[in-house]
Amino acid sequence: MVSARNLSKRYDTRRIFDKVDIDLDEGGFLLVTGPNGAGKTTLLRVLAGLAAPTSGELVLPVRGEIGYLGHEPLVYKQLTPRENLTLFGRLYRVPDREQRIKALLERFALWDVRDKAVATFSRGMQQRLGLGRVLLHEPKLLILDEPFNALDTAGAALLDEELATRSRRAVVVATHDPGRVEGLATERLAFT
Amino acid sequence: MRYLSDVAALARKDLLLELRAKETIPAMLLFVLSALTIFHFAIPRGSSDVAALGLLWVAIVFTSLLGLTRAFVPEREQGLMDALIMAPCDRSTIWLAKTLSVIAFLGVAEVVALPAFTLFFSGLNLKTVAAVVLADIGIASVGTLTGAMAVAGNARELIQPLLFLPLSIPVIVGGIGASATAGPKFLLFLALYDAVFVLLSWAAFDFVAAEA
Repeated sequence: MVSARNLSKRYDTRRIFDKVDIDLDEGGFLLVTGPNGAGKTTLLRVLAGLAAPTSGELVLPVRGEIGYLGHEPLVYKQLTPRENLTLFGRLYRVPDREQRIKALLERFALWDVRDKAVATFSRGMQQRLGLGRVLLHEPKLLILDEPFNALDTAGAALLDEELATRSRRAVVVATHDPGRVEGLATERLAFT
Repeated sequence: MRYLSDVAALARKDLLLELRAKETIPAMLLFVLSALTIFHFAIPRGSSDVAALGLLWVAIVFTSLLGLTRAFVPEREQGLMDALIMAPCDRSTIWLAKTLSVIAFLGVAEVVALPAFTLFFSGLNLKTVAAVVLADIGIASVGTLTGAMAVAGNARELIQPLLFLPLSIPVIVGGIGASATAGPKFLLFLALYDAVFVLLSWAAFDFVAAEA
């Protein structure tokens, strides 16, 4: 599903990462660890198709089969959760969109606030909605950058459950604190 | 059909954001009315109608710049360009939807600005109104593209006017020409400008969005 050979990324003369190899199949879980500023986020953006590698070969699922959650929830804060998910559901051509949105909002404990502006939410609620956004189209490759950082306790428990029950989905998680997902990893990549 | 459905969903989002935030249109209205008021007192009594029409076009271009500067603010501040360009829709739908919403904002500003102009200066002929409509299309299509370029850059507030204003010079030339001369020559010039820049912006947006 994801194949990278000699993947490198530089900004001008600054090396971000160099000659990274990745092989990740369905059901695989790649744990990317390292301190802040080590290049984890840049690698994840390359794997999400949001940045081009400087050199190397990279095979990814097609656009629309990848779900990416970065440090921000990537939702419109002036819109409601339902409006956000409806917009992305349309763009991702999610079948049975209304039912899927309802199920996700209920699962992430956001159904009761479905018609309130996201700007009024706590950071944890916003990140739960962000998680709902990336899961809405059931991506084949799920990429999460420090996913537990902004999540509240309830959101973190839901994410634990989501990651543990992955089936045909490949997952890439970057974290500077790997303890929580260490046991799920099938591949590891350590940045120094 | 899917293309138009994506454009409709994205344009609806842009209009909803403005309805909720109420930031861009009030600012544009205040700016254009202030500019026309200043021009009214600044130009000597008895100045020609052509001079006044020139100031109308200056007001329109700078008002549109104000709106264009705000066009990508939600995407920029919340990193949402990433979420949009990852969606499996044609990326030009983002540009088209944003262009349509900018045209709508400009239209609202001009519904107030054009009567204000006739109050302060002189009446407007149909050719001037047609030129304004054509200019809106060109301004919105070019300005939305330069706005997306500015999202990708570091000095965003500088990049948008630096890219947009030189490209808007033909709009001013065509607008004043259409207002002040007989015949359809300058309206055709504006229509040609629209056709060229709509096509260029539509085709180029994919590359710009990838860098944003």
